[in-house]
Amino acid sequence: MVMDDPVFLAVSALTVGSAIVALETRELIYGGIALAISMLGIAGFFLLLDSPFVAMFQILVYVGAVAVLIIFTVMLVRTQALFSTKEDKGRKASGVVLVLIFMIGLGALLLVSGLSNPQLMNLQMPPVDFKAIGEEMLTYYSPVLIALGLVLGGSIIGALALARREDIETKDG
Amino acid sequence: MVEIIDYVIISTILFGIGIYGLVAKRSAIRMIFAIEIVANAANLNLVAFSRGLSNVQGQTFALFSIAIAAAEVAVGLGIIIIAYRLYKEIDVEEFKSLRG
Repeated sequence: MVMDDPVFLAVSALTVGSAIVALETRELIYGGIALAISMLGIAGFFLLLDSPFVAMFQILVYVGAVAVLIIFTVMLVRTQALFSTKEDKGRKASGVVLVLIFMIGLGALLLVSGLSNPQLMNLQMPPVDFKAIGEEMLTYYSPVLIALGLVLGGSIIGALALARREDIETKDG
Repeated sequence: MVEIIDYVIISTILFGIGIYGLVAKRSAIRMIFAIEIVANAANLNLVAFSRGLSNVQGQTFALFSIAIAAAEVAVGLGIIIIAYRLYKEIDVEEFKSLRG
């Protein structure tokens, strides 16, 4: 477990750092932008793992759609509501303590597990061809693909129905 | 030399940051940020194990998971807009109507 790849270290610092900034910065709109940068860092990890198809999908969906959606929502919400910083210190401290205990436990578990054994799995394996992903999606997982389309359509309809205002009357209605 | 365990450790750190956000933050939009960070940590694990085992299913599941997360954000933000319209507030402690 020696991380000496400078590209890996840089992408890790970018991803983890901007994830922290996304949660801790005072202004919510900068938080949204930092979240988009963190998602770009995850896409960089996918590229390092020789999965360019998933990386492009990640950039399309997260940076292209989700981040823009979040930034628009932040703009729709009144500014005073965003700046009401009613954060109690006890809650923050207990959150940090809980996460530290959790991460130490999980990290110790990972390090003693067989995952760090390079014989079990390593990066010298041949990378997955993206043609195989497409084939898998359209043959064995085709019902999942159809269900996914229905879920996405349902969520769009649900979001539209949620955002509809009933107190505004139209002129001809 | 970077190994699979390094990616798993980074994913654990991101998961911890996401859980911290869910525990400590009161703004509903920040809780959505935290949920996104947790979902991305899971995706990173899926792709890392798919690479280490040279297995197609991991990447396929990561693609499905990304699409589901997009649907979830759309509905979540819709709910936040509704709650803001009702309470003029995005602090989850102020959403009191369903409290027992």
